Amino acid sequence: MDRNDEALIQALRNGDEGTFSEIVDRWNSVMLRVALAHVAIHAVAEEVVQEAWLTMLRSLDRFERRSTLRTWVLGIVVNIARARFRAERRLVPLPADDGGPTVEPSRFLPADHPRWPHHWAIEPVPWKTPEDDLLAEETRRIINAAISELPHAQREVLVLRDLEGMAAAEACNILGVTDTHQRVLLHRARARVRNALERYLSGTEAP
Amino acid sequence: MIDHDLPELPCRDLVELVTEYLEDRLSPLDRARFDAHLAECDACRAFLDQFRQTIRTLGRLPEESLSPEARATLLAAFRGWPRR
Repeated sequence: MDRNDEALIQALRNGDEGTFSEIVDRWNSVMLRVALAHVAIHAVAEEVVQEAWLTMLRSLDRFERRSTLRTWVLGIVVNIARARFRAERRLVPLPADDGGPTVEPSRFLPADHPRWPHHWAIEPVPWKTPEDDLLAEETRRIINAAISELPHAQREVLVLRDLEGMAAAEACNILGVTDTHQRVLLHRARARVRNALERYLSGTEAP
Repeated sequence: MIDHDLPELPCRDLVELVTEYLEDRLSPLDRARFDAHLAECDACRAFLDQFRQTIRTLGRLPEESLSPEARATLLAAFRGWPRR
């Protein structure tokens, strides 16, 4: 538990609106991103975040302080967002991941190649785009599309680890996954985003 | 000097280990195989560099924000929250 958490909890109990609006603003983005891992519509994600805050306030007296307040609140968001998705799942096709190789196997030479078995046959296409330009509107659209097509479990991990830069331990705690599993999910998610960027930057995919 | 006793790590397998490499979760042997391969393979170095660029870019995506209406609703709910 965070040193400041006790002061935060006390302020919330005292109805200190300044403190409440401050942490709402501070955790806004990460809470919405976690919700958006499960619900596609921004307004629905906002409902999830609102519901999470109300659940948090309602349960504040039962907070056991085994984690930080942020970890606990994000765990609540995850639960509500997952439940919301389960309730609406009939409406959307679930993105799939067959667990196979993250790079197309045809990109590599066969096992019986005399000189270079399983080495690149078609090498990664160099990105001529400067890294800063990856945040330009078009590339960002490619990245966001790739993220939105991820299986939800991969997206949750990618959001916490890479978009938010969170440590593995806290992400595992929030998501209730093992360290090994989160690393597998993270790798698959990153690989898919890289693949999408490569397809776009090498001109094999229209924006 | 290349250690020729080190079992080779082919490109196809290396690409699946990049996150474990970056998170420093490879065994010392696999890490040595990974580094030995990288030292000799431009294509895998390019792949690793693209992976890193992808991660850094993900970390710089613009933040999400609550609509002013949703934020106002939330603050109003807090104001009306029953207290002891």
